[in-house]
Amino acid sequence: MKKLINAPDDVLTDALIGFGAAYPELTVNLEDRYITRGPTAGKVGLVSGGGSGHEPLHGGFVGYGMLDAACPGEVFTSPVPDQLLAATKAVNGGAGVLHIVKNYTGDVLNFQMAAELAGDDGLQVESVLVNDDVAVENSTYTAGRRGTGGTVFVEKIVGAAAERGADLATCAAIGREVNDRSRSFGVALTANVIPATGSPGFELGDNEIEIGVGIHGEPGRARGPMSTAREVAAIALEAIHADMPLDDEVMVMVNGLGGTPLIELYVVYAAVADWLKAHGGIITRNLVGDYITSLEMAGCSITVCRMTPDLTDLWDAPVQTPALRWGR
Amino acid sequence: MDTSAFRAWVHESARLITAEAEELTRLDAAIGDGDHGINLRRGFQAADEMLDKAEAETPGAVLQTVGRALISKTGGASGPLYGTAFRQAGKSLADATEVDVARLGSSLEAAFNGIQQLGAAHEGDKTMLDALGPAVTAYQVAAEGGADLVGATRAAAEAAERGLQETVPMLARKGRASYLGERTIGHQDPGAASTVLILRALATVAAGEAT
Repeated sequence: MKKLINAPDDVLTDALIGFGAAYPELTVNLEDRYITRGPTAGKVGLVSGGGSGHEPLHGGFVGYGMLDAACPGEVFTSPVPDQLLAATKAVNGGAGVLHIVKNYTGDVLNFQMAAELAGDDGLQVESVLVNDDVAVENSTYTAGRRGTGGTVFVEKIVGAAAERGADLATCAAIGREVNDRSRSFGVALTANVIPATGSPGFELGDNEIEIGVGIHGEPGRARGPMSTAREVAAIALEAIHADMPLDDEVMVMVNGLGGTPLIELYVVYAAVADWLKAHGGIITRNLVGDYITSLEMAGCSITVCRMTPDLTDLWDAPVQTPALRWGR
Repeated sequence: MDTSAFRAWVHESARLITAEAEELTRLDAAIGDGDHGINLRRGFQAADEMLDKAEAETPGAVLQTVGRALISKTGGASGPLYGTAFRQAGKSLADATEVDVARLGSSLEAAFNGIQQLGAAHEGDKTMLDALGPAVTAYQVAAEGGADLVGATRAAAEAAERGLQETVPMLARKGRASYLGERTIGHQDPGAASTVLILRALATVAAGEAT
């Protein structure tokens, strides 16, 4: 397997050094492993984090109008409490810190430990759990729905609210509202390869797709035959629609998983737009591109959020991060 | 077992996990995300190194140091889970300088309870508890039957191994493997596999056979 790396064990460090060089307006703390724009006095600090390999998430969303810090773990491995605690302290502007946590056992446990440690140190910490992946059908007998594309919406919208001066409880409530209104569904065409192991994370035949794939290659509902973009979009949207009606104003993200060219994402977006129109949905905002990836996995995920005027207003607010920027 | 025996246990655990890291990762690739060996190797090597520098003077302090190192360095779910297990086991030993059969049994039980509480898992969910649970029971049965540290830890290691085999037909209900549902049937649980290594290391050290 060919990869543009120097050594498998150095991937994260080398990537953080490069990230820091590319975005000098941000600070990369190599020792404690976090990316930050520093604290803003009087503003709620937003910290997210998770395994690496999903770039631009989360580091690419640090900046004005979005996150204050991101903690990258090793590839597909949750960050550890020490680094989460260091980042939490680094962004504390005196108004408390909100942790935005994707629902994976490791992420939840590590953030929980960090929040307890921060609490011991007298910091006010709240957390929002993102669990938008409808591919997980049986939440009772699994670790529950995974956090995927909805995370991007949560980070942007809560980021805008925090920038406007919302307090910690309000930021947390808005984050939960966005999560409650968001649903995602992913489809993989090929597997990803973790640098440290050098072999595909799962096997997928030439004519197979993984329907309901997670962002680490975890399976969702089934394997199916390779089909057209139109059919794939319909599978994803029907799964979402069965869980949350899509017959109103929605924001849509067609997200590449890392190995799918943008031209194919546009093909999918066209199919998504057609499907929604036929089912009474009205797309008011959209994102098309790679925002939450799974290394070089080919495929895409579709995330839909049922919007309100307030959420749309927060979405439109200025943002200036490596991966999302407008209005400023 | 005295403080140096507990240090030897950690060292032997790190050695076994390093030697078996690829196998643990292979097991994890089948039903999880394929990093269990990599993460645990990083965690246990860090724990071993930290212990070399630490002034842990009691068995309890040794285990608590290891627990903190695992939480700090491992990542994933296994870091907090194993870290909590070692910390709870260490706390239960308080400041004892010599640990007898009964005391070690209650610390293993504390480790089990720590993992169970933090992970909200039960035996049968296809997790590390499916190796640790039978091990704790077998240890206590052996101890009550008059076994010494060598016999009781051997009984625990053997029971963990059997528990690991019993995870093969289980359906995973916790962690990332749970998303595979029925596709987890037919595979060993990687967390149970690493638990076997740690308990095997304990039996080896208790028997005075560690390298």
